[in-house]
Amino acid sequence: MKIDLTDTTASKINNALVEGRRAIGTPAIGMVLTLVIVTDEEHAYDSLKAANEASREHPSRKLVVIKRVSRSPRNRSQARLDAEVRVGTSAGTGETVVLRLYGDVIDHAQSVVLPLLLPDAPVVVWWPVASPLDPVKDPLGALAQRRVTDTYAADEPVSELTTRAANYAPGDTDLAWTRITPWRSMLAAALDQQPDVKVTAAEVEGEDCNPSGELLAMWLADRLGVPARRTVSDGPGLTAVRLETEDGVITLDRTDGSLARLSMKGHPDRAVALKRRETSELLAEELRRLDPDTVYAATLKYGVHRLAGTSAPEQAPAGAPAPDGAKPAPGPAKKGSAPKKAAK
Amino acid sequence: MSSSNPLRDAQDRRLPRIAGPSGLVIFGVTGDLSRKKLMPAVYDLANRGLLPPGFSLIGFARRQWADEDFAQVVHDAVKEHARTPFREEVWQQLVNGCRFVQGDFDDDAAFETLKETIHELDKAQGTGGNFAFYLSVPPKFFPTVVQQLKKHGLAEQTENSWRRAVIEKPFGHDLKSAQELNRIVHDVFPTEAVFRIDHYLGKETVQNILALRFANTLFEPIWNRSYVDHVQITMAEDIGIGGRAGYYDGIGAARDVIQNHLLQLLALTAMEEPASFDADALVAEKTKVLGAVRLPKDLGKETVRGQYAAGWQGGEKVLGYLEEEGIDPRSKTDTYAAIKLEIDNRRWAGVPFYLRTGKRLGRRVTEIAVVFQRAPHSPFDDTATEELGQNALVIRVQPDEGVTLRFGSKVPGTQMEVRDVSMDFAYGESFTESSPEAYERLILDVLLGDANLFPRLKEVELSWQILDPIEEYWDKHGKPAQYPAGTWGPVEADEMLARDGRSWRRP
Repeated sequence: MKIDLTDTTASKINNALVEGRRAIGTPAIGMVLTLVIVTDEEHAYDSLKAANEASREHPSRKLVVIKRVSRSPRNRSQARLDAEVRVGTSAGTGETVVLRLYGDVIDHAQSVVLPLLLPDAPVVVWWPVASPLDPVKDPLGALAQRRVTDTYAADEPVSELTTRAANYAPGDTDLAWTRITPWRSMLAAALDQQPDVKVTAAEVEGEDCNPSGELLAMWLADRLGVPARRTVSDGPGLTAVRLETEDGVITLDRTDGSLARLSMKGHPDRAVALKRRETSELLAEELRRLDPDTVYAATLKYGVHRLAGTSAPEQAPAGAPAPDGAKPAPGPAKKGSAPKKAAK
Repeated sequence: MSSSNPLRDAQDRRLPRIAGPSGLVIFGVTGDLSRKKLMPAVYDLANRGLLPPGFSLIGFARRQWADEDFAQVVHDAVKEHARTPFREEVWQQLVNGCRFVQGDFDDDAAFETLKETIHELDKAQGTGGNFAFYLSVPPKFFPTVVQQLKKHGLAEQTENSWRRAVIEKPFGHDLKSAQELNRIVHDVFPTEAVFRIDHYLGKETVQNILALRFANTLFEPIWNRSYVDHVQITMAEDIGIGGRAGYYDGIGAARDVIQNHLLQLLALTAMEEPASFDADALVAEKTKVLGAVRLPKDLGKETVRGQYAAGWQGGEKVLGYLEEEGIDPRSKTDTYAAIKLEIDNRRWAGVPFYLRTGKRLGRRVTEIAVVFQRAPHSPFDDTATEELGQNALVIRVQPDEGVTLRFGSKVPGTQMEVRDVSMDFAYGESFTESSPEAYERLILDVLLGDANLFPRLKEVELSWQILDPIEEYWDKHGKPAQYPAGTWGPVEADEMLARDGRSWRRP
């Protein structure tokens, strides 16, 4: 069931939600969290679709905040809030409110969202695009326990990682990090099989402008305490991870984006499924735990500039303090220049 | 899982528990259980990324199959029954490790082939000699299979590898046979390498009993004789015995269900808080409470058994038990059993636990109902509380998994009138639309060597000690009461509770 409200307020929206629930006969629903999706009109449909699929695992109230662009100065000065309330089957599991903000109210979105949060349930804010650089200071981000950004969608993903490291607050997380969970899990399983092996260096190979590659390399470098390289290939996504050890190289490579091959000395080569996942699956994983992700924090704080390889920027952008003891790597090229093939 | 692995961190909870290098050997791989539950569970685990690279699956059966035929069977079973969507790349990962060994259980050559296959997989797939043997075979073959495993050195663990045995219920048909079976199995495999599957314990709702009781403060203070009036544990099936006449006749509902599932549910409901959530602490509490179970004095009055008679079940005309194909018309096997137990400890003294199970009952349902005492004093007059029942907390194990809390509430209006209402938590609402199947969890636990959810030897023996006197009494006295199919059991069962001033819930 769908209720359209024009030029409305949060309390009218709350009434519409109650009315909608009554009409479909399910007065109490076991929603476990409120998911606030901050996006633009262009990405709203796909984001909501992913959230609806994820809501099958995490029934939630979804608030889609769409900031509309007003073309004329007169429109810009007039504030207006339109809402579309969906309950029942048209809302995945749970309820959905699509909020369209016009004019001044754009800068006060939190005043609309706050009254619509579920009582006593965690709040998650997700920016599918145009994530704020300092999520916890964002007025909407401040309402949430969990702030999900997506550096993959950023213009300058690699330098954005540095900013994220500087501004990190517990509860921040990034879908570029979520994307590499299967890689991390498989690499950990590979080392489980060689418990006493000493890794001496790591290399992550993947498409350019994909911050997941940097994150994976930083994670390996941080956990293993070894130098890590980030090298560039044509993709899709990440294509290989190589761990140099005293007894040869452990390689996990995936050329087609779905089936990978794990090879290490003393073991036969094995095929492992390593599929690139849909946004809905990423989001579902993200919502599974709502406590601060300390491993992400440690990884981020390792510092992109400490990685060797082609896509590391020359130095950290001004304003972002470099972590202690970090030396800017002599990076060959600034990010954005033509990707070079990795020289191994 | 190696703690020295630098890539692992207890804080890193995104990384799942992946089993180490290993393989699974299924005996009786052509059976229903294997096709409908085990193979799909293996696939679902692989699809969720929980199986190690190179995981291998060996099927053992009499059928003349090549590896490819076997792979095809697994493929079809997975496509039809798996919980998660079929993905080609996951299948590619699995199919590399699929092998089939043809032979009878007493065929030495076949076990030698199995041994070679295991060696071959260690080389080709890197399974590291770690194999679990899943005995999905009728109990009469258990001794043969484990003896063969021993004879061909398949049960031998080296320092760096493990061998485990997985057995399914029934764990014997009385204490003596259970002990005999345990002797045979433990002769070959050490205690910690034997995993008894009671798939009920793999269910999310059953694991949730512990979370509900011990992670909350709300319920534990009233979880005792001061507040609880009685507890009803029900497992009802709407189906008859189907094609299982050969297995079922002579076994009956009590041995088939009460001995394992219901007594396990009783133990989880009634046990004290374990010191920790590891297998030993858990089993210590469970055995303690099972050891404290006391049988009623008058078994004739406090136990009831029944057989379904012909009748109508949900709009379908069905046969009575004695008319089913393959059943002796004079059979005294129970298809319904209800018993009253008490627990002799400070927490539960005087609180009866009513256990019932049966086939061809009203509908398929398993639940634990903790029924509370009435308020000691009511300020409202009798008419106001006429419609008020006893407060109850119901754990719905299946289907529609969840918890219901029933209590009284004022009916809106000018008069004071209190009526029962229920507050409902449904798993399907608050958590994933499909929780992992019990077998997924249990197979993974076997591969990880995590014995939390598996009944131990001692528990099995204790539960036979509880049931044996009842079965003996039934053997010597009377015969099962008849109840029409599609109803909630014989009237004798209702009378049994009526004598205590109580009545069965309609689940």
